[in-house]
Amino acid sequence: MTKKFSLNVNGQVHDIEADERMPLLYALRDELKLNNPHFGCGLAQCGACTVHLDGKPTRSCVTPLAAVGDRKVVTLAGLGTSEHPHPLQTAYVQEQVPQCAYCINGWIMTAAALLRDNKKPTDADIRTALHGLKCRCGTHMAILRAVKRAAAMMG
Amino acid sequence: MSRTMTRMDKPQGFSRRTLLQATGALVVSVGAPMTSTSVRAAESGAATATKPPLTPDQLSSYIAVNADGTVSAFSGKMDMGQGLSVAFRQMVAEELDVPVDRVKLFIGDTDTSVNQGGASGSTGVQNGGKQMRAASAEARRVLVGMAADKLGVPADRLTVKDGVVSTANDANNKVSYGALIGGRFFNVHLDWNGQMGNPLYAPGKAKPKDPKTYTIVGQPVPRDDIAPKVFAQADFCTDIKVPGMVHGRVIRPAVAGAVPVQVDEASIKAIPTARVVWDNGFLGVVADKEWDAIKAAKELKVEWSKPAPPFPNQAALYDHIRQAPVRKRELEGRQAGNVDDAFKNAARVIEAEYEWPFQSHSSMGPACALVEVKDGRATCWSGTQKAHYVREGVAAMLGVTADKVRVIWTTGPGSYGRNDADDAAADAAVLAKAVGRPVRLQYMRDQGTGWDPKAPASIHRARAALDASNNVVAYDFLSKGFSRLDVNTNGSNPRDTLAGQNLGVALKSGDGFGVPGESYGFANKRAAWETIAPLLDRSSPLRSAHMRDPVGPQICFASESFMDELAAALNLDPVAFRLRYVRDPRDLAVIKAAAQKAGWQARVSPRRDQRGNNVSGRGIAYAQRGPTRVAVIAEVEVDRGSGRIRARKFTVAHDCGQIINPDGLHHAIENNVVQATSRTLWEEVKFDANNVTSVDWRTYPILDVTEAPEAVDIVTINHPEIAPSGAGEASSRPVPAAIANAVFDATGVRIRRAPFAPGYVKSALS
Repeated sequence: MTKKFSLNVNGQVHDIEADERMPLLYALRDELKLNNPHFGCGLAQCGACTVHLDGKPTRSCVTPLAAVGDRKVVTLAGLGTSEHPHPLQTAYVQEQVPQCAYCINGWIMTAAALLRDNKKPTDADIRTALHGLKCRCGTHMAILRAVKRAAAMMG
Repeated sequence: MSRTMTRMDKPQGFSRRTLLQATGALVVSVGAPMTSTSVRAAESGAATATKPPLTPDQLSSYIAVNADGTVSAFSGKMDMGQGLSVAFRQMVAEELDVPVDRVKLFIGDTDTSVNQGGASGSTGVQNGGKQMRAASAEARRVLVGMAADKLGVPADRLTVKDGVVSTANDANNKVSYGALIGGRFFNVHLDWNGQMGNPLYAPGKAKPKDPKTYTIVGQPVPRDDIAPKVFAQADFCTDIKVPGMVHGRVIRPAVAGAVPVQVDEASIKAIPTARVVWDNGFLGVVADKEWDAIKAAKELKVEWSKPAPPFPNQAALYDHIRQAPVRKRELEGRQAGNVDDAFKNAARVIEAEYEWPFQSHSSMGPACALVEVKDGRATCWSGTQKAHYVREGVAAMLGVTADKVRVIWTTGPGSYGRNDADDAAADAAVLAKAVGRPVRLQYMRDQGTGWDPKAPASIHRARAALDASNNVVAYDFLSKGFSRLDVNTNGSNPRDTLAGQNLGVALKSGDGFGVPGESYGFANKRAAWETIAPLLDRSSPLRSAHMRDPVGPQICFASESFMDELAAALNLDPVAFRLRYVRDPRDLAVIKAAAQKAGWQARVSPRRDQRGNNVSGRGIAYAQRGPTRVAVIAEVEVDRGSGRIRARKFTVAHDCGQIINPDGLHHAIENNVVQATSRTLWEEVKFDANNVTSVDWRTYPILDVTEAPEAVDIVTINHPEIAPSGAGEASSRPVPAAIANAVFDATGVRIRRAPFAPGYVKSALS
């Protein structure tokens, strides 16, 4: 059923009208014209669509608009900018992490929550926190280096 | 409902109806007329105000100097994220003597580049870079010649620094590239070899630089495409939007080979703007909003034909391959001596057979394409590896000639060969033609994994003859499997796309496989392959094609596992065995380098000193891939109770001739090793009698970050004097065998079937 929603995305409020069962992903991409996050699976299996909902990494591809409520949505674009980058974004560039880069929303948004809550994560902490995210190009080694580099920058 | 007849035999130009639907009016765009000035400039020599035709024999097709002195380079190769763009920029900057940040690269746009084969067989640097280097050297020669005229100094007394030409003894007597030609175009003829695609080569008169003088090539220059992606400022092909665009989805049958018999359009009446496009076996929907298109595709009621289940029981797949009639047999590579006689006289024969499953590209996102018809031309945004070929495919779908179509390659959701991208472009073209609006089509996950072209399944038989003194005197290697060219490596022909086949074009399945790339110097040697027919001859989710290092990992899995079996049978250390029989000096160098870096201790496999549940081992494998050679040492841990294998550490020695960018090379190797580990340990396309059942990440699992190696140590051997060769795939090749050999070292059990998933390994160990 079509309803009116007020979405707080990257600090801005947007009023939209849409099917309440529509996943947040499509509101962000089609209604708000944000080019991140990405559609990877629509099944919460890969992470390409990950955003923060009140700081919690969430798969927007399976989150119906009706479930978003007044929680604040932050996407990769809202995490940091080239002028004010999040340390993970800086580390990603410095480590030259991505191959195709389609997966990066999942890894960066999930790692950002980890580093917020755990200032000195071990290798095992990082791997556990990132468990389940997919990178088909196999950039895992560089991802792990970047998260460690960002942790060092933040520590 | 839009029922269209798509003709692919006679390109006729856009129909008036399509154009009116698309734009409301016919507007034909023509190039700017040549002025008398530009005609004179064109006739006067190296520079012209009007761009010469985009043909392979024109320097302007590759290099332009802009008014501000920056350089634009154009290539028909494409960068799938392995750093080809920065490598090209380095090669251009080096030859032209300009800073690398002043070189901008434009790739994969059919309006600005010639067909250089696209991303194909790791020939980006090897062929495309060679051309870029030759064109840039020629551009420098021409520019220095122009400067000589301008400055009144012979060309051989001029030097170039940062794009400024000056006399060797008077730096103030100077002129910049920008002042010489900026904003105009080179009008210089190249010596084109007449070939299109990968073998295209068109050098000028200039000789490229001596590698000893390089200052930019060989440096770890960072990629310039990463920051925009990390800050969400770059468009992927999935992000492109154009005015009036609708979203499309295609609908695939539950039983492969079935076609729609009845479609109930009323079943999606409640979904705003949703429309059905049905033509023969092609079925899709469009809607203004993406979510509505997804819902419509899900809710549309369709009655399908009921073909006989097309596939064998998966458990019988390898028996099917063994028993299937051979469609084509070919000897390939170096054949030596008389293999049959050598086996007759053998003191001992060792043989083994290996099996490799169908595998899926399963790119990170399912493929996407946008096709827009406007002003008498069509534009397609696609993540394809081969824009120039897709141009022909889209043109065929639209029923126009290829010159009416522009394909703009835009970063896609991952690509490792002939994945679903070219199918998406063809499907989007069919939808766009039918509805007269620009259509953006992205597949759903189950279509991306379930219906992408697959890496072929195969079996491999190896046998060796030993003489009485335990020397290997003969080697016979045979692969038999589905073809890597069941559908072609590109979507230029409708018969090679699902859309084409669904519209009724018959598949013309091609034949291709391969043989091991190595230099074992056995006196009698034979390598051959045999292909068999596809399981389903139309619109098959198991149609097979190229996937990263096409058929390389599976062949090398068998051949290098077998070499390890020979080493064990002869009581030789696996490295020592290879050093004894491998002949090529560069091959020997990578084997030695890997062994040294890994601290390899010479001993015979398997280890016999381990008790308990968790055992560890090491294994080596090596391969040539074209002129590139790689040796990989894997160190694994095996949980005997669960059958779980952990590939903890890899050591890679890599020689691809001249290294353009060591950082890009390092990443390419690392990523190949991780992806190949995933394919070895986990990946297998599952299917039942009706269809592929691997349709997402749960049913097609890949390596998780918790299982990623602890370390990938890399030794790169640089040969500045040897032409650079491919690095995009080669390091994938020896990984499966290196792991298998390490598992044997750890357990004494030989795994001869991939993937080495826990259940299978556990049963093999018990």
